[in-house]
Formats: sequence, structure tokens, C-alpha cells
Amino acid sequence: MIVADKKPMEEIIEDIKNHDKVLVLGCNECVTVCEAGGKKEVGILASALRMYFLNQGKEMKIDEETLERQCDHEYLEEIRNIIDQYDAVVSIACGVGVQFMAEKYHSTPVYPGVNTCFMGATEERGLWTERCQGCGQCILSRTGGICPVSRCAKRVMNGPCGGSSKGMCEINKELVCAWQLIVERLKALDRFDEYEELSPIKDWSTDRAGGPRKVVREDVQP
Amino acid sequence: MKTKTPSRLEKILSAGHMAVTSECGPPRGSDPEAIVKKAEMIKDHVDAINITDNQTSVTRMCSLAACIRLKLMGLDPVLQMVTRDRNRIALQSDILGAASFDITNILCLSGDHQSFGDCAQGQNVHDLDSMQLVQTVRHMRDQGKFLGGDDIKRAPQMFVGAAANPFADPFEIRVPRLAKKIKAGAEFIQTQCIYNLDKFEEWMKLARDRGLHEQVYILAGMTPMKSAGMAKYMKNRVPGMDVPDTLVKRLADTPKEKQAEEGLKICIEDIQRLKEVEGVSGFHVMAIEWEEKVPEIVEKAGLYPRPQV
Repeated sequence: MIVADKKPMEEIIEDIKNHDKVLVLGCNECVTVCEAGGKKEVGILASALRMYFLNQGKEMKIDEETLERQCDHEYLEEIRNIIDQYDAVVSIACGVGVQFMAEKYHSTPVYPGVNTCFMGATEERGLWTERCQGCGQCILSRTGGICPVSRCAKRVMNGPCGGSSKGMCEINKELVCAWQLIVERLKALDRFDEYEELSPIKDWSTDRAGGPRKVVREDVQP
Repeated sequence: MKTKTPSRLEKILSAGHMAVTSECGPPRGSDPEAIVKKAEMIKDHVDAINITDNQTSVTRMCSLAACIRLKLMGLDPVLQMVTRDRNRIALQSDILGAASFDITNILCLSGDHQSFGDCAQGQNVHDLDSMQLVQTVRHMRDQGKFLGGDDIKRAPQMFVGAAANPFADPFEIRVPRLAKKIKAGAEFIQTQCIYNLDKFEEWMKLARDRGLHEQVYILAGMTPMKSAGMAKYMKNRVPGMDVPDTLVKRLADTPKEKQAEEGLKICIEDIQRLKEVEGVSGFHVMAIEWEEKVPEIVEKAGLYPRPQV
């Protein structure tokens, strides 16, 4: 899923302080799972903002809504009949939702209420870690199912680098070395001999480097 | 033995001599005298001089410009190049720039992570990794072609090196990793600083068991300790470093004013011991900000005078 983290309240206040009617808009998908932008967080953020502006003596209407998804036309349409009541929206969906919202409601200011961080997994409640950078050319079959692009700080294709120490990465003693994991996994799969195969120079044109990407599937298009 | 490049370092190694290399870190400024002065101190005692590439990710004068300074002095520089800061366009372009000054040695590295340096908020590139950079230089030299497939007019003639850390984990892949670097095209190896000699000798044995010492020249990395404090720092703070407690204790047990002398003594003893190890083809003496001691180390280790080739 896409993992996001809450933005500091001060940043959101700075964005909306000159507006009078604000909608805090959540999303029921990834950001709900990572507890940054679901219905619960909409309630908490809206209450905190109301409290703040009340203390400042500023009259401010702050309403709450949470959509099934903000990255989908269908669900974003659900607020078409109420959007004119607001002069700004704080979207606490991921960056995709914020942008889709801005595209759809062209004359309404939309501010992000979370920092979108990465594609990752829930290791335990309150701990999410990165697993994928969407490079567009998956190499997991060669690396024992562990991704050096997203999990190695230098995205080394033929690792580990010289900074791996006791299984940990040179940049942080609490960060496990991805190549240590790859080596252990190749051994567990009885494929350690593959370690000596050189990983070819990667084609990054399917990555961010190639510019904004799209997937076109004519077979499923209407 | 026939050499593949005009590199003096390659000539010395292929003639069967123990090679000696050292390194100079470029200054944090544009004064060329800094690099010239360091090189003057060591030039008669080494065969080639590595110029580091923004080591520990701290911004400095570029390695290529500093290498050109050495070349203009008639010396044989080793251009260190990290994949952290340049994509494949810049890497190939800098290789050609170096080749235009007939710089004939390159050491391919991934580079320390930028979080250690003065631009921790910067991006890193890592378009290629260090092994792929080795492959790239060999491709440019041997095929006379760019990665994109076009012909290079006057291909670079470079003797290609890589680093090896016999101590980084997991230990079991350290020798397979050396084999992989050789497969990528590495012709010489400069190792991480060696303090744990037993472990290094074990690594060398495993390399010999696979005949790797006959496929690549291995230069053992030596850095003298200036003090017990430095030994502790290297042990605890420098990634991938293996400093035995006995070494720290030996320095700590020496009176403070004699620790530097003791550090040099240890370094010389270590070189003498490693000279006897089959497969060690030379030494890479990295006296960090202590270049003036390189001549003494080389002389006392019995590696002076340097052979003329």
C-alpha cells in the first residue's frame, strides 16, 4: 500500500488560515490502514483545527468527509454537490488523491494534510516499512524476492557494498542490509550459486527517470 | 608479461614487482598547491597515487582535476570514481576527459552514502553500481564503444581497479564477491584498511583456493594509526572496519606521546608480515592526512627504492 504520515498541524494551519470554510477529506484506502488519513484521522484533525481557530477567535467552518477512494473519478464525484460550500479542502489522502481532487475541482484550493512516503507494508501496528519504488521493471525473481532498489540505500545491483556490517546498513545501525537478506534468502532457496551472476546494467527508463509513466491496458478499456 | 594499457602501475605489477600505491585527498577549496604538496611528499616512494572522489561524501575539489595536476607533474594517478554522484552519461564523459590527459588508472567505487557528508539532504544517483562501472570502463576500453553502442574515437586506455573489503559482512560472500568483481573485469584490487591480519589471511587463502590471486593483482590496504583514539574511532565508527581489541590495547598501553610512533611501527610490521602472503601483489598505503609518513613506512617496510619500468 501507499504509506503516508501526518503533516505537522502548523503546516496545515499556515495553508488554510486565510480561508473560512474548509472541508477535511479522508480516504478509506491505504491511508486508513496506515492510520494517517482515514475517517478517524479526519475527525481528529478537524477537531484540532476547530479548537485552534476557536482559540484564535477566528470563525471557521470545518466539515468532515471520507471517501471510499480519492484516486477514482466515481468516488470523487460524490462530493460534487457539496464542494461549492467550501473555499478550501484539506485532503488527507496520499499525493495521488490530493492531485486527483485538484484536477477534478479545478477552482477549489486543495491542500495536502499528509506527507506521502512510500509503498510499503505494515510490519506491526505503528510500524510501516518500504518495499517497492515502482521502478517499472521488477527484478525480484533474481534477488530472492527482496528488492535492492527500494531496500538498499545505494540501490546496489551487485551488493552488498563495503558498508554492510553485522547484517546492518552503513547509514543506520537499525536498518538491515538488503543484500544480507538477499544472500540469506538465496541460501535458503538453495540458489546461492546465483550470487556470482552479474546483474546487468539496469534500464531505468521505466523508472521515474523516464518521465511520468502510464499503464495502458486496451484489453480492459471500455 | 604483456600489458594491456600504458599504466605504470600495470607495468610494475606485471613485471612481478610488489607495487606501492598511496592516496591523496583533494582539498576543500580550489588551491592546487594542496594536492601538489602532498604528491611531492610521496612521489618517489610510490608507483601510483590514488585521488579520492569526495570521500566520506564531503564536497571537495574533483578527483579528475586533481589527477590532472598529478599527471602534469609526470606522476601516475589513479582516478577514483564513485557511482554516487554521476549517472552513466557523466561517468563515461569523465572517463574520456581523464583519458584525454592520458590518465591510465581508475578505481571504481560506489562511494559512502551522502548522509555521512556535508550534503546529507542531497540526492544520490547510483545509476550504475561499482561492478557495473568496472564493466563500463572495460567495455569502453576493450570494445572501443560507449554503453549506448556507438564507437569511441580514441578509446580510454585504463587499467581498471575495484575495492574489496575482506571484513564486511556477510563474510561468506566476501570471496564470491571478489570473484564477481574479477568477472566484471577488475584487473587490480585495493583492499579496505587491514588491521585484522588473521582474517585477511583467511580471506586470501579462500581467494587462492579459487585461483583468484592469479586473475587479479591484490594490493593490501594499510593505514597507520595515529593514536589509540583513532583506533577506537575506526573500530566503532567507520563502517566495514575490523580493528581487533589487541591493537587498540597495544596503542592504549603506549604513552600518548609515543602512540603515533607505535602506530607506524605496527603498520610496518603488518606490511612485512603480509609481504609473505601468497597472492598479495603490493600495498596501498593510505596515511590519512599523514602523507609525510609514507616515505618512512615504505622505506622501513623494505619497499624502497621503487623499481623503474
